[in-house]
Amino acid sequence: MDALLRLFSLIPGWDQNVPAWASVTLAGLVAAGLCLGFMSLGPVGYVYVERKIAGFMQDRLGPMRVGPWGLLQTIADTIKLLFKEAIFPAAVHKVMFVVAPCLVVTGAFMGFAVLPFSPTWQAADLDVGAFYVIAIGSLSTVGLIMAGWASNNKYALFGAMRSAAQIVSYEIPAVMSLIVVVMIAGSLSLQAIVGEQAGGLHNWFLWKFFPLNVIAFLVFFTATLAECNRTPFDIPEAESELVAGFHTEYSGFFFAMFFLAEYTEMFVASAMAAVLFLGGFAAPIPALQTVGGFDIGPVWLIAKAWALVFVHMWLRWTLPRLRVDQLMHVAWKVLLPISLFLIVVVGGLLTWPATANGFPWDRWVGWLLSALLFVYLATTAARAWRWHARQVREAVA
Amino acid sequence: MTASAFVFWVLAAIVLGSAAVVVLSRSLINSAFALLATFAGVAGFYVLLGADFLAAVQFLVYVGGILILLVFGVMLTHRIQDLDLRAEARQLVPGLFVAAGVFALLTAVATRTPWAQGPGRELSATTADIGRAFLGKYLLPFEAASILLLVALIGAALIVRKREDA
Repeated sequence: MDALLRLFSLIPGWDQNVPAWASVTLAGLVAAGLCLGFMSLGPVGYVYVERKIAGFMQDRLGPMRVGPWGLLQTIADTIKLLFKEAIFPAAVHKVMFVVAPCLVVTGAFMGFAVLPFSPTWQAADLDVGAFYVIAIGSLSTVGLIMAGWASNNKYALFGAMRSAAQIVSYEIPAVMSLIVVVMIAGSLSLQAIVGEQAGGLHNWFLWKFFPLNVIAFLVFFTATLAECNRTPFDIPEAESELVAGFHTEYSGFFFAMFFLAEYTEMFVASAMAAVLFLGGFAAPIPALQTVGGFDIGPVWLIAKAWALVFVHMWLRWTLPRLRVDQLMHVAWKVLLPISLFLIVVVGGLLTWPATANGFPWDRWVGWLLSALLFVYLATTAARAWRWHARQVREAVA
Repeated sequence: MTASAFVFWVLAAIVLGSAAVVVLSRSLINSAFALLATFAGVAGFYVLLGADFLAAVQFLVYVGGILILLVFGVMLTHRIQDLDLRAEARQLVPGLFVAAGVFALLTAVATRTPWAQGPGRELSATTADIGRAFLGKYLLPFEAASILLLVALIGAALIVRKREDA
């Protein structure tokens, strides 16, 4: 928004003739418009890429017929979807049925407000930015439950309740691993968090206290993946059990809104992971930060976010779906203890005098404790494997 | 009317209107979803007063936590569709007395307190100050509150766990 305001003052006579509130409002509207355009055009690309990835992973070609390499397929699909009739089943709660998809999209879209695309390209540099993204996500959850309830359909209701349980559970490890980054950066402002990581690949928080932050990153990524309701955490819309979960009754434009929200959430979650751990808009090599005098921070952030979106899609076509109890097990008994452990250890390392008596205590303590963590993870995995083997044996017998 | 006064009245209308729906609606689920607007409006008040951290907490805790769990509980209730919540006026006179008493008390507090007036303070970040206050001056009440919450958590887990003996 600052960039836009500065752009406005370049127009001769702007500052004298236009009141401050009007130019701030206008800048806000333009920023929102830019984000909205990016958000609503994104899914056209994401759907194409996702279908192509799915095709390649299953040794198929994916869409090929419409346009060269099927490039126009999703454009055709989008137009078809928007012109389809939105069917209102007779027994739905009319008001909530319409409000629910709006809430879901709003919650997903509001995350864009604090995403820092460059030092100046950010709609609002909130001091509580990281916290805001987590808080605003709850709006989507309320929307999902509302959709499930308003549909007046048992499958939709089941899907909504599963989704609510899942999001509430996975929010906790996501916030806990975010706290690790916030403690290191000493700020909740996303701009400050990226600023701490500027100056090249080695400054990224991913490598800080290696390998502790790598684990924090994996916890955050897993938890946000679950909050997006994507496979392997997609039981809210498990097709084989629930038809389509909370959006069973939706069609046409309203269905498109849920789709839009899902892909937007995916992008915002990936962009957040990039901001928190992968340096955000900071280039991996400082020389690449500007091209011809222009700051190409937005390109870096979007590239990093898209790389993580690709991982989301990759996982979707690789892993099978988790069962409800496994889902809760992963959130509460695996991710939560790990992130609590990380908070304690990273907090200790941050307050510990870094090289007391000339001896690198922090490194040694870090290595020792992470070795313990790996032992814990290995025993957990081994126990899970043995349990699984026993289940299989009993099923066979 | 200044811009902030306008925003204040809009927010007040939202909060009071949705709160009235919460109280008067006969469908439990409508009440629960109307609470969303009430909570969001209160968060708006915090933003208006420059309390950014508090606004985010309000949204995360009340919308993201309490409201969702509330709706969850409502949906799990048996045959919730058929339930008709009629606010029966069984104890009208004592109820009126209590309501009048609370109203008088709140009015007295609101009119007699010497409120700080004048131009609002400069907008600035509040997170760091809140953190210092919690872990400095108010450390003991903060920890006492956390222990209380922990006890409540363990108590809830104890109540809902599967009984081996029964």
